Amino acid sequence: MNMENNRPETVKSVAGGMAIDTAVTGEKNLKMDGTEETTIKMSARNLDVFYGEKQALFGIDLDVPEQSVTALIGPSGCGKSTFLRCLNRMNDTIDGCRVDGDIRIDQSDIYDRALDVVELRARIGMVFQKPNPFPKSIYDNVAYGPKIHGLAQDKDELDEIVRSSLERAGLLKEVVDRLDSPGTGLSGGQQQRLCIARAIAVSPEVILMDEPCSALDPIATAHIEELIDELRENFTIVIVTHNMQQAARVSQQTAFFHLGILVECNATNEIFTSPSDERTQGYITGRYG
Amino acid sequence: MTENSSRNLAIQLRKKRYAAERRFRLYGIISISIALGALCLLIGNMAAKGWSAFMQTYIILEVELPRDGLAPGGKIDIETLREANYVAYLRKSLRDNIPGVTSRRDRRSLYKLISSGATLDLQNRVLADTKLIGSKISIAAVASDDVDQFIKGNITAGSGGKISSKQAAWIKTLSDAGRIEKRFNTNLFSNGDSREPELAGIWGATIGSLLTMFVTVLLSFPLGVAAAIYLEEFARKNRWTDIIEVNINNLAAVPSIVFGLLGLAVFLSFFGLPRSAPLVGGIVLALMTLPTIIIASRAALSAVPPSIREAAIGMGASPMQVVLHHVLPLAFPGILTGTIIGAARALGETAPLLMIGMVAFIVDIPGSITDPATVLPVQIYLWADSPERAFVERTAAATLILLTFLILMNLIAVILRKKFERRW
Repeated sequence: MNMENNRPETVKSVAGGMAIDTAVTGEKNLKMDGTEETTIKMSARNLDVFYGEKQALFGIDLDVPEQSVTALIGPSGCGKSTFLRCLNRMNDTIDGCRVDGDIRIDQSDIYDRALDVVELRARIGMVFQKPNPFPKSIYDNVAYGPKIHGLAQDKDELDEIVRSSLERAGLLKEVVDRLDSPGTGLSGGQQQRLCIARAIAVSPEVILMDEPCSALDPIATAHIEELIDELRENFTIVIVTHNMQQAARVSQQTAFFHLGILVECNATNEIFTSPSDERTQGYITGRYG
Repeated sequence: MTENSSRNLAIQLRKKRYAAERRFRLYGIISISIALGALCLLIGNMAAKGWSAFMQTYIILEVELPRDGLAPGGKIDIETLREANYVAYLRKSLRDNIPGVTSRRDRRSLYKLISSGATLDLQNRVLADTKLIGSKISIAAVASDDVDQFIKGNITAGSGGKISSKQAAWIKTLSDAGRIEKRFNTNLFSNGDSREPELAGIWGATIGSLLTMFVTVLLSFPLGVAAAIYLEEFARKNRWTDIIEVNINNLAAVPSIVFGLLGLAVFLSFFGLPRSAPLVGGIVLALMTLPTIIIASRAALSAVPPSIREAAIGMGASPMQVVLHHVLPLAFPGILTGTIIGAARALGETAPLLMIGMVAFIVDIPGSITDPATVLPVQIYLWADSPERAFVERTAAATLILLTFLILMNLIAVILRKKFERRW
């Protein structure tokens, strides 16, 4: 897959403060360019999803490359969130939801009966649309995952995981002196970064993000986007977004969904500069959606 | 012209809207006033009637404890002390205070001024301290209920009445001698039920209520919460769960006496559990309380925001971890409130207990959940049914005590809710 550097000009358009970041991201993208062949982390083949009688997704084939950001775009109700929630089997919890087809992570089927869904969700973390920290302390929010998955041998190790996760989520500086205060007392953007810290605390391989910035103000959004770009180094990220600029800014690959069909999937700059399908063209130029 | 009239119309509409709003608020204030007024009337009425029951009339008597009667030959023997004729000593003291009572009939009506409970008090005092034998002690003898009511002005003396004119005169003599005292009615709080109103107390019924509540909460809380968690968090929504839900809602509306009939048929007749026991009463009330707890707990569980569940599932928590770590702690205040409301209702319940024999006249204080017992509301019912005038005020007093218990329980509910509720 061709990963071209599309970031500098889009980053500048976000906010003046972001310019500092440009050099860093540019460097990173050069690195991405250096690794020519990207391995496929997750893949969906011929995926159909039904909610009761209603079919929500029709024969989706999509590959998610490792250590990159894949953006899912499309009008409301097009099935992009449904697709995202298939990737860590969150749809299991919905009564009447049926998934046909094949989704693989590192070549192993995630809908295999023998697969432990709890372990799968430890490998594939999720960040939701609305920040949803647990009504517990900041520390406990981040420590929860490592605790239930037994990732820390003792208290010191757990402390270290919490600190490094908060650090990587860019939140440590802001909360270091109040780790015991409630996570829900933070601002919206901080809460969302707390949720990201919580997700990365269990060292997942993939992070799914369902419109992570739609409830945030532009500054908090810029923070999260910056963070996503940094996280790409270690994690495979799939992000659903309604914001076309956001998709263009953060992702390397973009998939356009429409009415439950994957219309087009290509390198982000290809999609935004020369879409092959006219529906994609229509959507990204704002003619509908 | 048209613009002007339409503006006028708008102003009129606005005025109407404000008037409607004011009316609506007024209705609200009126409804609250009526509800509060009714409550005040109830409590005020009970307090007015029951207040006097907290005081009891005593007759202070100097009683001689002759050595030859209690310890013949100078030997103090418990058996002799138990069988000694304490009534006679009390009666002698009464006669000493009211001279000139000679005829058998007059004597008998004089003796009726003090309660049979006074004899027991005297015996207990001598048994507790045998050094008193041979001396003259001052004892506050419990006055009979009629004297008590006469002193409190609830009945008048005269022919055909409970107090004859002669008795009234004697009471006056005793009163003038400063021998009549009103003291705090400890019997009301420390005794079990009695045929004699002046000796009747609510302690037996209170213990019965506590034992019954213990069984009720012990059974209904875990069962109800477990059922609610399963139905709300684990069960698939299908026809079966719908049927179960409808039936639980129906159970909540079943008249409580039906649960009593069930208890009679199943627990007494079939399982052969003891009659009148808090164990059976508790089980029956637990069955009655279960639907309330299940419904309240389900409501509390479903009020937990789904985002919390999603977050936990997304972290890879198992369904049980989702419930135990996240949902249950958030739902707990609501579950607790539902349980306490259910328990408070059970505490005030009479009808199902009538069916399983908890309406019996029980004097002894129950010691365990299998002892015969009665409960506070049944005690109130029994007293309300008694003909003696003194039971009227005791009924009201017991009602006040029951209300106090209910208020305490609700207070605990509020405090616990405040304690567990974390508005993060």
